[in-house]
Amino acid sequence: MGLQAYLILAAVVFSIGLFGVITRRNTVGILLGIELMLNAVNINLVAFSRFNADVSGMVLTVFAICITVAEVSIGLALVILLFRTRRTALADHIDWLKG
Amino acid sequence: MSLDVAGFWAFAIVLTGSALAVVLGKNLFHSVLFLALALTGTAGIFLLLEAEFIAGVQILLYTGGVVTVVVFAIVVTERLVGEKLSHTSRNLFGGAVAATAFAFGVITWLSRTPLPAGSAAMHGDVTRAIGTAVLTRYVLPFELVGVLLLVALLAASYFARPEE
Repeated sequence: MGLQAYLILAAVVFSIGLFGVITRRNTVGILLGIELMLNAVNINLVAFSRFNADVSGMVLTVFAICITVAEVSIGLALVILLFRTRRTALADHIDWLKG
Repeated sequence: MSLDVAGFWAFAIVLTGSALAVVLGKNLFHSVLFLALALTGTAGIFLLLEAEFIAGVQILLYTGGVVTVVVFAIVVTERLVGEKLSHTSRNLFGGAVAATAFAFGVITWLSRTPLPAGSAAMHGDVTRAIGTAVLTRYVLPFELVGVLLLVALLAASYFARPEE
């Protein structure tokens, strides 16, 4: 398969993740959509790295995976905190800053 | 059809199918399990791209780590509230239009852009090359990622601390 096939696959997965982020009302559901989008970007990075025979893209993928893990841990800690204080996980209910 | 092409289509179908199940499913727990399947499919794609190390990291960190953490978070929050989390969607039409428009735009742009047709061969051990690059050219980002993970660990345990 050529580079283009991998890039199109990544674009499709990214769009599915975008759809999830737009449509989900639950904060955990939104996080899952973000995971899918980040995953699609990793496919792009590895595909470009492979087809250019340059290892930099794979190094960047390792960093991206580590940063995603950090993001998920903070995001879920915030979700648990929200549950404690507000008893809700819906993004619409998080409106503390509204005047 | 060669094994390469067959493998690509198999993993691509698993990946897109389970990704759709993640965003369309009614049950949050099933969504997480389908996310695990999607991440494993991505690891298969990485294997096809001859990035065995990245595939291993993907399985260990994503499928093993992230999915476990999300499952824990769902169980803990459902226990806190004592009811199942609602997992509904809204703006389905707007979301579908936006996502389709994005995919259409990117794929149109991709089909117009000249890309290298053949693949330059990766010579030598890719894992060794990644390790060398991480500890030479990319040593500063590597150290920064270590600091970031420490900060994330401290911050997550601070946020989720028991109430006084």
